[in-house]
Amino acid sequence: MARARSRTLLAVASSGGHWVQLRRLVPAFATHEVAYLTTDAGHRAEVAPARLHTVRDGNRSSKAALVASALKIAWVIARERPDVVLSTGAAPGYLALRLGKLAGARTVWVDSVANVEELSLSGRLASARADLCLTQWPHLAAGRVHYEGAVL
Amino acid sequence: MIFVTVGTQLAFDRLIAAVDGWAARSGAEVFAQTGPGAYVPQHVEHRAFVAPAECRERMLAADAIVAHAGMGTILGALELGRPLLVLPRLAVLGEHRNDHQVATARRFGELGRVTVAADERELVVRLDELDALGAAGRIGPYASERLLAALSSFIDA
Repeated sequence: MARARSRTLLAVASSGGHWVQLRRLVPAFATHEVAYLTTDAGHRAEVAPARLHTVRDGNRSSKAALVASALKIAWVIARERPDVVLSTGAAPGYLALRLGKLAGARTVWVDSVANVEELSLSGRLASARADLCLTQWPHLAAGRVHYEGAVL
Repeated sequence: MIFVTVGTQLAFDRLIAAVDGWAARSGAEVFAQTGPGAYVPQHVEHRAFVAPAECRERMLAADAIVAHAGMGTILGALELGRPLLVLPRLAVLGEHRNDHQVATARRFGELGRVTVAADERELVVRLDELDALGAAGRIGPYASERLLAALSSFIDA
């Protein structure tokens, strides 16, 4: 079997639960070049020497904050030129998926295991756009949303 | 020492006030990370925010963790093998945008991963029984093989 080509990956998660879930996925992309995007620079030491970018957590806040976040995310994508954008949420992850897609990246959304009864709003939006959209609960898999196990 | 955490995003004064009242009565040693709340506890050591690495150290050192039903806290407690008691945030009280923490707590409670208190009264009852609270069994540091394989094959494609 031919060895898989190394990819450049942008891994995106807001600090807190989304970040903890992203870190549990690390073996899936350990052989690739990874840069991170999160909302708290306090995570830098955990991922060093990988690059870590930060963005304000514009979680459905003001329009100005959302635009500022989008600009920062666009800058990160322009700099990292990822082949794949992967996010475990939340709002900045969704923005990164949309902007990554525009830049030609393949995109994957892993909805938080906290969403037991329905996908998050970002997850519902992402399900229409992401190349791969995963829920972590089998009963929520439908249409473009697939179940392939969970972060625990 | 009991470690209390409400995460970084939202206030959860109902939890902090309940633990503060209980600490006054029980004399338990408590450190609370209180987030952007207005309530100032009188009977427990407290700080609004704790850096991620310190938070993990405090969780590891704690006899028990008392928290909102946030996924970061639940997974952190499971990774570290520490007992966890959660009080879910309620949207009707303005504690979160929706009631997903109620659903999360119920599901993880059914799986035996966390102990759940539905309200402050039950929280105090559970706090009195804290010594009996066992850890739910430690989980490994990474996601299920199936999920890792699905993501690997997508990324490598």
